[in-house]
Amino acid sequence: MRVRTGIRVEGIVQGVGFRPFVHGLATTLGLAGLVGNDAGGVFIEVEGDAAAVERFLGGLSCPPPPAVIERITTRRLSARGGGRFAIVGSAVGGRRGALVSSDSATCADCLRELRDPADRRHGYPFVNCTACGPRFTIVTDVPYDRPHTTMAGFAMCAGCAAEYHDPADRRFHAQPVCCPACGPRLALRDRDGREMPGEPIEEARGLLRRGGILAVKGLGGYHLAATAADEAAVAALRARKRREDKPFAVMAPGLPSVRRLAHVGPAEEALLTSAARPIVLLRRRAGAPLAEAVAPGDRSIGVLLPYTPLHHLLVREPLVMTSGNASDEPIAHRDAEALTRLRNVADAFLTHDRPIHVRTDDSVVRVFGGGALPVRRSRGYVPRPLPVPAGGPAVLACGAELKNTFCFAEGGRAFVSHHIGDLENYETFRAFREGVEHFERLFGIAPAVLAHDPHPEYLSTKYALERAGEQELPLIGVQHHHAHIAACLADNEHAGPVIGVAFDGTGLGTDGTLWGGEFLIADLTGFERAGHLRPVPLPGGATAIREPWRMAAAYGVPNDLDVARRNAAAWDRVVAVGRAGLGAPPTSSMGRLFDAVAAVLGVRDRITYEGQAAVELEQRADPRERSAYPVRLDDAEDGGPSFVVPGAELVQAVVEDLRAGTPAPTIAARFHNAVGDLVVAGAVRLREATGLTTVALSGGVFQNLLLLERAVTGLETAGLTVLVHHRVPPNDGGISLGQAVVATARATSCAL
Amino acid sequence: LAHGAGGKATNTLVDAVFLEAFRNPLLEAMTDGATVTAGGARLVFTTDSFVVSPLFFPGGDIGDLAVNGTVNDLAVCGARPLYLSAGFVLEEGMPVDDLRRVVDSMARAAARAGVQVVAGDTKVVQRGRADGCYITTAGLGVLTADVELSPENVRPGDAVLVSGPIGDHGITVMLARGELDIDADLASDTAPLHELCALLLKAAPGTRVMRDATRGGVATVLAEIATASEVAIVVDEAALPVRPEVAGAGELLGIDPLYVACEGRMVAIVDGTDADAALAALRAHPLGAGAALIGRVAADPEGLVLLNTAFGGTRIIDLLVGDPLPRIC
Ligand SMILES: [Fe+3]
Ligand SMILES: [Mg+2]
Ligand SMILES: [Zn+2]
Ligand SMILES: [Zn+2]
Repeated sequence: MRVRTGIRVEGIVQGVGFRPFVHGLATTLGLAGLVGNDAGGVFIEVEGDAAAVERFLGGLSCPPPPAVIERITTRRLSARGGGRFAIVGSAVGGRRGALVSSDSATCADCLRELRDPADRRHGYPFVNCTACGPRFTIVTDVPYDRPHTTMAGFAMCAGCAAEYHDPADRRFHAQPVCCPACGPRLALRDRDGREMPGEPIEEARGLLRRGGILAVKGLGGYHLAATAADEAAVAALRARKRREDKPFAVMAPGLPSVRRLAHVGPAEEALLTSAARPIVLLRRRAGAPLAEAVAPGDRSIGVLLPYTPLHHLLVREPLVMTSGNASDEPIAHRDAEALTRLRNVADAFLTHDRPIHVRTDDSVVRVFGGGALPVRRSRGYVPRPLPVPAGGPAVLACGAELKNTFCFAEGGRAFVSHHIGDLENYETFRAFREGVEHFERLFGIAPAVLAHDPHPEYLSTKYALERAGEQELPLIGVQHHHAHIAACLADNEHAGPVIGVAFDGTGLGTDGTLWGGEFLIADLTGFERAGHLRPVPLPGGATAIREPWRMAAAYGVPNDLDVARRNAAAWDRVVAVGRAGLGAPPTSSMGRLFDAVAAVLGVRDRITYEGQAAVELEQRADPRERSAYPVRLDDAEDGGPSFVVPGAELVQAVVEDLRAGTPAPTIAARFHNAVGDLVVAGAVRLREATGLTTVALSGGVFQNLLLLERAVTGLETAGLTVLVHHRVPPNDGGISLGQAVVATARATSCAL
Repeated sequence: LAHGAGGKATNTLVDAVFLEAFRNPLLEAMTDGATVTAGGARLVFTTDSFVVSPLFFPGGDIGDLAVNGTVNDLAVCGARPLYLSAGFVLEEGMPVDDLRRVVDSMARAAARAGVQVVAGDTKVVQRGRADGCYITTAGLGVLTADVELSPENVRPGDAVLVSGPIGDHGITVMLARGELDIDADLASDTAPLHELCALLLKAAPGTRVMRDATRGGVATVLAEIATASEVAIVVDEAALPVRPEVAGAGELLGIDPLYVACEGRMVAIVDGTDADAALAALRAHPLGAGAALIGRVAADPEGLVLLNTAFGGTRIIDLLVGDPLPRIC
């Protein structure tokens, strides 16, 4: 019997070779019909023998990666006859559910062409196909079609057009398809933007070999590159970029080269070679051929593999590849802007004429328990949706202040944005606004609810309030640490309730003080504060965060310690500020407790990037040390199960150990072990009180692998189930996802 | 109540309670003083209440604050201050010597500013119901020249000036509370600005707007002007005049001097071509010796104040909603 069936496919089905796959499947089965993209995904009509149509539907559900199917719906149509199966032009309009895919590293087939002297794309730095190449960073609108990408300005030559239209070709409907005859062109430019003579890549390599600093236009922005083994070049890059200590990432030409730099396990290898190509933080090999200035005093090193053809052509030995910006500015992504902003940093610019539409930083991951622990989720992952509970109105969650991301959630999908950065910076705040608009257009989501952090000074909060006022939208404020725990729940597709342990720097608490060492009983709708560090003053507010030694003073360490001597000029005053409480808001922050210990041990008195003291304390700790300082939970005054942790006793124990002559690495480890014990003790106590057996760990402090390992091991030994982050970072980059799921849960559980 | 710090919370309170109740065009202008016409003369009328703890601090006391504050509100409207009234709320048990000291200093300040205190009132409240003494002054001044000052006149290309080092008053008072046991060589900047304002208006006919940078400091004044005039104000951090003692105390307490109150400093926005003349005029007067050009007005981004930092970044300077709590996670 001849039947005709209409099919709608939703998921990541555009720009991933899905239509050619459908075409092939239909042709093989001798079916007639059509396939096309629209703003909702892919629409198909197939006609033929009923059994063949059935087989077609079966095959359709298993497309080749990177396509991901979320939903297939069918309806019966009346047969029309005809024998051909055609790919039709994109339909405009309709609901914009089509998922734009993330940028993907150059595939093996394209790499082969790149290296094949006989291929017409030999050595062409923009080779790509339906399986690889730029996506999110070049898409300007949906549906995903060439006119809606930054390739719109490049007319295909006859050769490329033939490939593009040939259903048998692997470039069939590959939107960014191009070749040397018709596509983008590489150029090496001097500081004044003048094109330099010679073959650009040859010249650029020469410049790097001679110790020069090269700005390289990548997928999501400009990088600054220097030869990683060249001490002078890397030091010059640090000085010109005004980046004092924060480690640089290194791009190595291949896995063998990575292995010379660092220890690579199977999980690390899988992440390094994945299509997302994140920066993977690895344990550095002793004597690795790296300049000291790459990652001063750091036992780890961030490494990534080439992810564009240009990188493959350029990188012959490990290169520092750091974001193209000065100090705290966001990464430069427009050519004119890069030329002016990086003029005094780079010696030359390796650039091209394919515009970058969305500035997207490299992603960063660590490996924990054989999987990824994201530190920054951006290029290669964004805008892949995360599954969240469905129902409720469309939500825009505005995120936190630093490491900002925003998140749109609707119909069971959450789109967490690329890494936006520190909103206090004007350029970043502009990127935030533009990014929100872009996502709204791309995913066709008109938010009906705005979720935000209750901190009144966050620019993301101010944005939410302003927009809610203008559009008369309801607001849902989500407490910072509740958002952390909710993010961890969403990351694990868990609804709670759980025992949540949220350890971070600071976030505004419901009592108006700064929280950050919190035990919560939480689900997606709400939470109860069940335990926390005993508050101490934060002397000088934000200054105390930049100057960890102040936390040693706030924790009351004796003034005959080295930390007091090193800071003698202001020690007494800072103690007085803390005591008077003037300019010293109280905080229960775990990050600040780490700061105090780092300062006492002489690890760091002043930081130049966020979390530096804690990062260095972790580096310093001796992982073989298993003993710990005792931890105590004091009953809270309300008589309930809640408790308060005297952090000062841990600092006191550190001080005594130091006086006893114990080496700093041992002390640092004992402190880490104690905090791990604290997590376990708190969770066990709350299990007894509530019967809950699952613990969610979130907050930036849990990027600390030593602590995380101790806590997880201890919790599991105690018979508890542990949730950690896999897809969004435990730091504030995950806050927007947490806000989104809380807003959805509240909106569905009660009237707003 | 976070509504006293001079930031967004204060504005919300003013909008919600007072503007709503008293709504009229003169009040809606939300300037420091209202320009009214009486018998053919253009007069500026203003009032201000003063609460400060401690009552006496290096460089001044509540008495001269009460005179200078109102004089300055008149002066920045372009008026010549003429008459003041003064109302006192005294706490029972306030030493008479203290009161005499306050009143003497008011008299001296009035003489210095060339104004007469022509009306007054006194109430005494029970012990514990006032912090020693509160003073409310009202002031009347006359507009002699035909000046039209308003944030709405601000245009891209205009220059932004301050008349001297910022934050002295607020930091001095904070340290004078004695909780910190810090001796800094600092004094309040409390002073009458009428001469300085007059000099500026003469030297720079293209003066758009003047504001005394009291509660919320220079940052708040700039943010309000940027919002009202729908322009961008771009400030150069390196150009901000801040005494090292103020910077040091600010660093210690985590307080940005840009947000700290001054009682004898003004912000002026003048036509860019008048910038040099304006600066020279200010610097010629002892109260403006430390005047500086701190930034420029730009068209974009509308309504925002941006600070070009010493590190090459561009920070957004916004009204504070309440007490400044760290935003760093
Ligand atoms: Fe946080
Ligand atoms: Mg006033
Ligand atoms: Zn490919
Ligand atoms: Zn071509």
